[in-house]
Amino acid sequence: MNYFDLPIEDYTNNFVDNWLLPNTAGFFDKISDMLRAFIDMVTSFMLFIPAEVLVILIVIVAWKASGKGLALFALIGGFYIGAVDLWSESIQTVSIVIVSTIISVGIGVPVGILTALNKTADRIVRPILDFMQTLPSFVYLIPAILLFGLGSVPAVIATFVFATPPAVRMTSLGIRQAPEEVIEASKAFGSTKWQLLLKVQLPLAVPTIMAGVNQTMMLSLSMAVIASMIGAPGLGDTVLTGISTVNVGLGLTGGLAIVVLAIILDRITQSIGKKS
Amino acid sequence: MSKIEVKDLTKIFGSHPSQGMKLLEEGREKSEILKKTGMTVGVNKATFSVEEGEFFVIMGLSGSGKSTLIRLVNRLIEPTSGEILIDGENLTKMNTTDLLNTRRKKLGMVFQNFGLLPHRTILSNVAYGLEIQGVKKEEREAKARKTLEDVGLKGYEDSYPTELSGGMQQRVGIARALTNDADILLMDEAFSALDPIIRKEMQNELISLQSKLGKTILFITHDLDEALKLGDRIAIMKDGAIVQIGSAEHILENPADDYVADFVRDVDRSKILEASHVMKRPEVVMTHKDGHRMAIRKMEEVGASSIFVVGKDDEFKGLLTIDDAIKAYKEDIPLKDILIQDVLSVPPTTPLSELIEIAVDSKYPITVVEDNKLLGIISRVSILSGLVLGKEVENDLETETSEVMSR
Repeated sequence: MNYFDLPIEDYTNNFVDNWLLPNTAGFFDKISDMLRAFIDMVTSFMLFIPAEVLVILIVIVAWKASGKGLALFALIGGFYIGAVDLWSESIQTVSIVIVSTIISVGIGVPVGILTALNKTADRIVRPILDFMQTLPSFVYLIPAILLFGLGSVPAVIATFVFATPPAVRMTSLGIRQAPEEVIEASKAFGSTKWQLLLKVQLPLAVPTIMAGVNQTMMLSLSMAVIASMIGAPGLGDTVLTGISTVNVGLGLTGGLAIVVLAIILDRITQSIGKKS
Repeated sequence: MSKIEVKDLTKIFGSHPSQGMKLLEEGREKSEILKKTGMTVGVNKATFSVEEGEFFVIMGLSGSGKSTLIRLVNRLIEPTSGEILIDGENLTKMNTTDLLNTRRKKLGMVFQNFGLLPHRTILSNVAYGLEIQGVKKEEREAKARKTLEDVGLKGYEDSYPTELSGGMQQRVGIARALTNDADILLMDEAFSALDPIIRKEMQNELISLQSKLGKTILFITHDLDEALKLGDRIAIMKDGAIVQIGSAEHILENPADDYVADFVRDVDRSKILEASHVMKRPEVVMTHKDGHRMAIRKMEEVGASSIFVVGKDDEFKGLLTIDDAIKAYKEDIPLKDILIQDVLSVPPTTPLSELIEIAVDSKYPITVVEDNKLLGIISRVSILSGLVLGKEVENDLETETSEVMSR
């Protein structure tokens, strides 16, 4: 089947080496600095709070949002993370998850609204989302390192690529799902497009959007291990060390901590979605 | 000036409406256009006007374009061509701001499946129309409370729509439409989703509400009985076009074509037709000044055994039978002393269904009297023929009628 010679590899490398890096390095450095500052702020804030206080806070939130079961689970999970001495790693992972979720949702929800209301936007965005979701994550980890260096920043960027599509899709779905008659009623009484969006379409879409936020958060967490390969600190790093030194026990210790975080974050965001 | 005036309103769904419009101008049928171009004629040159305070019903089967038509009236659907005038202002030519203002101030709408906002309380649903106009919270909620009370939903302010039954939800829908003080109510199959008993109740309430508030109502339904019950005038739609407009009686008596005739065949006429529709001018009438001989001769002329006696200005005096007249003649008793007074009288608006019961108990034909004037008489046969055939065939039965009348 080799009829043409298509040197995508050379083209891409040429483009990256000779144009992208020299011309945009300053720009990406600035973004990188901002993101790093943001992540550091979140991390140091959470590390500043005594672990006991933070666990109690999480237990209370879990209780309010979901109930006794989750509250108990959060308490046991807190003791487990303390017992295996992975507290600061957990905080680092949670920081990356929080920051990437904020960015993914902050960009994903408005884009989702746009695609729900505008067919052209939908046609443009849809293939991009498909691309983001199906491209193997390692492929964009490489340019992420080139542009943002090593550490938690490229991890957040890679996570953003990986975790934004559900936020966009679910927002779009939620808005398009609003019953036709409710939309008509709102229009018939003289709503402007903005009033329709803010007073009817968005409130009705909240449960679906929250399901998207939940998905985004879970995907971010699952990215934590992969992102440790490009130097992201946290629980992923612990697991990676376990893998590279064939230390099954260390791998399991880190892995269990990730599971604990995943369950708590998942249940809390799910019940917020259900309540609204 | 009409409250709503619709002229040649047309909606064609599809990719090239102007092409469909051209075919329509050439007089092609809806099905033909669909086959040829794949486009659907939603509404085909509908023209009608609704007067202030009128209850105007648009009736048609599903797919006849009635729901599209009502959505064209407030431009929820953009018309392909034609004009809509609300209070003389051309809605089709309005910019967005004017259109929104017209919807806010003049047009309330009620939906088949209620269209309530599920995430808001009943109070906030009813206040929605005022909220988007920027009315202050206390003011709009006070108004909403008042209308909720009017529709009998006091105490449900803080409930959510899903907690209410269908009938109650539709009351909320009506309250929401009333809160804006719009003169015009557009009601799209408003009662079609309700069960029959609630539906009847809501129909009656709507009628009394309208007579109290004097709203102009454009009501869509697929149910002929509902249309006949509610409508001052009814428009019947078929394939996107209006085939006939008229009062219930007019449509029942003079269906414009086979389609309408087919429709009205099974209607319970006894509820629609009134005494004035089936009564006859009494042919044998004498004035109270006529003497015995005159009375007897008049009865002999038409072969009747009784005669109605009226005074000045057709004032109804009573009934005179031939036996009494002959007896009175022989014994020289004045006619006015032997008139039968206890003839049953009904006002001209009495529904036929009530006349049936009265007729069973009555020995003589029923008289239709308004302001003491004899307007006409109704025999059992006129009731029956009215029930079965409507009014138009009644003349053929005239001989039969007078026979029974004079029994």
